[in-house]
Amino acid sequence: MAVLHTTNKSPLQTRDLESCLRLSRSGCGILLMEDAVYGALKGTAESAKLAEAAKARKIYVLGPDLAARGFTPEHLVQGVKVVDYSGFVDLAVEYHHVQAWV
Amino acid sequence: MSGMEENEGGTDKVKRFMFLNRKAPYGTIYALESLEVVLIGAAFDQNVSMVFVDDGVYQLKKGQQTKDIGQKNFSPTYRALEDYDIEKLYVEQESLEARGLTADDLLVPVEVLPSAALGALMEEQDVVLSF
Amino acid sequence: MTAVAVKGKEMAVDEEGYLVNLADWNEDVANVMAAEDNLTLTESHWEVINFLRDYYAEYQIAPAIRVLTKAIGKKLGPEKGNSKYLYELFPYGPAKQACRYAGLPKPTGCI
Repeated sequence: MAVLHTTNKSPLQTRDLESCLRLSRSGCGILLMEDAVYGALKGTAESAKLAEAAKARKIYVLGPDLAARGFTPEHLVQGVKVVDYSGFVDLAVEYHHVQAWV
Repeated sequence: MSGMEENEGGTDKVKRFMFLNRKAPYGTIYALESLEVVLIGAAFDQNVSMVFVDDGVYQLKKGQQTKDIGQKNFSPTYRALEDYDIEKLYVEQESLEARGLTADDLLVPVEVLPSAALGALMEEQDVVLSF
Repeated sequence: MTAVAVKGKEMAVDEEGYLVNLADWNEDVANVMAAEDNLTLTESHWEVINFLRDYYAEYQIAPAIRVLTKAIGKKLGPEKGNSKYLYELFPYGPAKQACRYAGLPKPTGCI
């Protein structure tokens, strides 16, 4: 069963997201929240890694955290989906278990 | 450095303070703490500049809407810095570029400097406070 | 936690008398707080209180006294933009006292 990975640090500041992408398997979900939402933006030095991972994984960002930081869905790497808090709960239920990369 | 030593013991020398901001807002408390220290410190009439490097540049991103995360949106306060006579805001060019941003994405006028120039400026300071 | 009673409604204030919830504010709150300090708010007081509320709405910060004085001078003229004038209106310290009546937090950098 697929795992939902969560991460909350900016990939431009720590390597948490990179490890998450490297160790997560295809078919899993990855939810980017808090400062990790910067990792879902296109046009950054880290965008390509996420875009590559997104080909075989579902990538989600927490909408309230994205808006707080001054970005909108149009700034996201292609294929990244925005969820709200209740969407987060739905994902946690939908996946087999949740693994946090902190 | 030598200028500073000559003035040692003097009570009225204006010192050069630089606040070095390297963290994104909201995820940690650093950005807000830095801003508060700058505003409080402004009462002491020193020569203060703020520098935004790495994820610190995100502090100045336009369009922040924090209603749904239950935190105060303190980004408008950067626009009040001018009233506090803090007019020197520097942003590292390399940090902006790594994030696909330009000065137009920022909510205050800033001076964009390449790393080398910023490094030189840091060396000229009496005090650099890192957040 | 204490409270200020305004027309039968209790508004929570902190230990220094500043409103806990900015949204609780209305003009009656200011009048009640001023009355507790034996002060009757005049047009001149309201000019400063309204200025502070506008400043807060714009910058999300209550200005320090030095900034307030300068900004008032710019907006309302030099005869009002000086600490003598502002201290006469708000003897407990213009930034601190007027911010309290305006329902704002204590000014950052207030000494």
